[in-house]
Amino acid sequence: MKVLVTVKRVIDYNVKVRVKPDQSDVDLANVKMAMNPFCEIAVEAAVRLKEAGLASEIVAVSVGPAACQEQLRTALALGADRGIQIDSGEAPDPLGVAKLLAAVVAAEKPDLVILGKQSIDGDNNQTGQMLAALLDWPQATFASALALEAGRLRVTREIDGGLQSLELNLPAIVTTDLRLNEPRYASLPNIMKAKKKPLEVKSPVELGVTLKAHTRLLKVEAPAERQGGIKVGSVSELVEKLKSEAKVI
Amino acid sequence: MREAMEFDVVIVGAGPAGLSAACRLMQLANEQGRPLEVCVVEKGSEVGAHILSGAVFESRALEELFPDWRERGAPLHTPVSADEVYLLKDAERALKLPDALLPKSLHNAGNHIVSLGNLVRWLGEQAEALGVQVFPGFAVAEVLHDENGRVKGVVTGDMGVAADGSHKDGFMPGMELHARYTLFAEGCRGHLGKQLVERFGLAGDTDPQHYGLGIKELWDIEPSRHRPGLVIHGAGWPLDKDSGGGFFLYHAENHQVVVGLIVDLNYANPWLSPFDEFQRLKHHPVLKQYLEGGKRVSYGARAIAKGGFNALPEMAFPGGLLLGCDAGTLNVAKIKGSHTAMKSGLLAAETVFAALLEELPDSAWAPRWKAAFEASWLHEELYRSRNFGPALHRLGPLAGGAFNVVEQNVFAGRLPFTLHDREADHARLRPAAECPPIVYPKPDGVLGFDRLGSVFLSNTNHEEDQPCHLRLADPAIPIGRNLPLYAEPAQRYCPAGVYEVLEEEQGGPRLQINAQNCLHCKTCDIKDPAQNIVWTTPEGGGGPNYPNM
Repeated sequence: MKVLVTVKRVIDYNVKVRVKPDQSDVDLANVKMAMNPFCEIAVEAAVRLKEAGLASEIVAVSVGPAACQEQLRTALALGADRGIQIDSGEAPDPLGVAKLLAAVVAAEKPDLVILGKQSIDGDNNQTGQMLAALLDWPQATFASALALEAGRLRVTREIDGGLQSLELNLPAIVTTDLRLNEPRYASLPNIMKAKKKPLEVKSPVELGVTLKAHTRLLKVEAPAERQGGIKVGSVSELVEKLKSEAKVI
Repeated sequence: MREAMEFDVVIVGAGPAGLSAACRLMQLANEQGRPLEVCVVEKGSEVGAHILSGAVFESRALEELFPDWRERGAPLHTPVSADEVYLLKDAERALKLPDALLPKSLHNAGNHIVSLGNLVRWLGEQAEALGVQVFPGFAVAEVLHDENGRVKGVVTGDMGVAADGSHKDGFMPGMELHARYTLFAEGCRGHLGKQLVERFGLAGDTDPQHYGLGIKELWDIEPSRHRPGLVIHGAGWPLDKDSGGGFFLYHAENHQVVVGLIVDLNYANPWLSPFDEFQRLKHHPVLKQYLEGGKRVSYGARAIAKGGFNALPEMAFPGGLLLGCDAGTLNVAKIKGSHTAMKSGLLAAETVFAALLEELPDSAWAPRWKAAFEASWLHEELYRSRNFGPALHRLGPLAGGAFNVVEQNVFAGRLPFTLHDREADHARLRPAAECPPIVYPKPDGVLGFDRLGSVFLSNTNHEEDQPCHLRLADPAIPIGRNLPLYAEPAQRYCPAGVYEVLEEEQGGPRLQINAQNCLHCKTCDIKDPAQNIVWTTPEGGGGPNYPNM
């Protein structure tokens, strides 16, 4: 079984996001970038399938500029077998990414595609679902457990009311939630080996996809600074302030 | 059982010294068509993540390493356009010193204002392109010695260890990195460098190393106030006459300025808080005129080794070298350490490469290193500035400053005597009861800020569930001795709020160590009066994530 995992380069979760002074975008100059944490979970899920003897090959795909090869190398160090960078320039919107991935799927013919449920920069939570629609494949989003039995995929999903269990036919799309697994560290020998693993670069044109911007970024603003709290002396004072100052009751 | 990997040279620390050594080694190997395995291990999450410096950069060593650095796109974008030096007399008044009264070493024409972090990121790319294996995110925990005591490599820290020492799900044991030569370029007060100096007696009869704590912020300022290339230095207020130090404010590119204060860590008053001194400094008109209306975007801190020539240990030991600030090659007369650190890396690479080619034993290699170092401009520069720091420490800022002007401008550092400064910084702390408490103004949230809000801007983080990397040799000392005698100064000298003395309702005061906030500045390891705090490496990848610092 062949597994395709997607990997996105995003601002590191430790970094305090800063808006550019001209409000045109988030400032990414010399800021630490990393693999989207949900994508790390997706890679780990694929590697565990391979370690369990259920998957034979793991292909990691990333859409974006050349810099995202760094995250592909991380995926290769974690256990993916080869990488594909789709050189799209700056990251397209989710539908563009889904179309590019659909073209990769058509060429690679994987049995399973594992994606992060969303990326921590845009937080769109759309690409997996759009890819499933474009391919007309079954999908299980927000997976917190994953098992493959007799060619069928059993997925536990985290939903508002609790847990939902699904059984899917392959090929299928899975998007990962936080509790699916705890990703491993890449070891030094594996990082060295990863540098020698194959990494292909493809353009949207080669994949036959014309990217179209469906959204336009008008302006980015930092959220308002939080005001310091106050201590109130009594319940009646609290109620009074909630009514007259906070105006929430 | 730990796995091992073999290299020709292992370098600890991807800073100016370590990366310069790595690049030069590969240049030499590529020129001579000799295969060479060089690896650089870096505890920061990426190359540059832990780098913090002013910085006004002198490009001499960079020219030697990459004569075509301009074509290669080295990020030296802002030539120094003007130098100003002030003596701040109090919270309002300042004296601007005329050029003629300044030591020549403080003139910066020809230098550039840089982000050292970005320069190091660039150096990291050059190193990788040359074929160096660069491994960020791995902390080196231990030095390995062979049966004769020669250094034969290092061990990276275990990953995935819980606070109680148990192994978590993703546990990955450390890895042995064996090398024919191991170069330590950890920066000031490297925790392995400290062990090597002790084990091999490298300090000999040199003066004790002296340190300063540098605290720095990056600001977006109003474009109308921005004067690209302007370099401002100064001393005086808010530090009192018994506490040495100085501030800097550099106008970098993109309407940004960097502003910082270096406080000498030989201060005596345990009530002094370098962080709070810096916060109030920014209200002085000399600085405020630029910062007002601006927005602070980053914060960080790092100790610097400023003992210079007189405190410089032997850099060579069996199996390797201490480089850059790990040894203490900063030129305090110029307030610059990057070019000297890089030069130490270049010299190391050249001698180590020759030794590898000729398969020299340490007994033949070490004297060659020494000869190469002593014949270099690095040695010359450090020798000529040897009296600068001690003069300030011993004669005070005025007489010492005057001495420095005469020595540097008239005699070019060639006076036939050497001033020494023999007291270690931590030993200078006086009991709290003998010193006047210092009351700092509450931060206004405009120019001055509190510690936690500042630490937030350093993007520092450490995996929460791991053993505390700040070890107390004797856990009873902070509360039993430091608190009554010195009012536990760690609460004040730590620029990240790592150390807190909490009053418990039962059981009295207790020291809390918030190791997650640590900026890896090493001040606690230096200034604790009992020398009881040992800084060790946390899990790799932890610590600050400085952008553009």
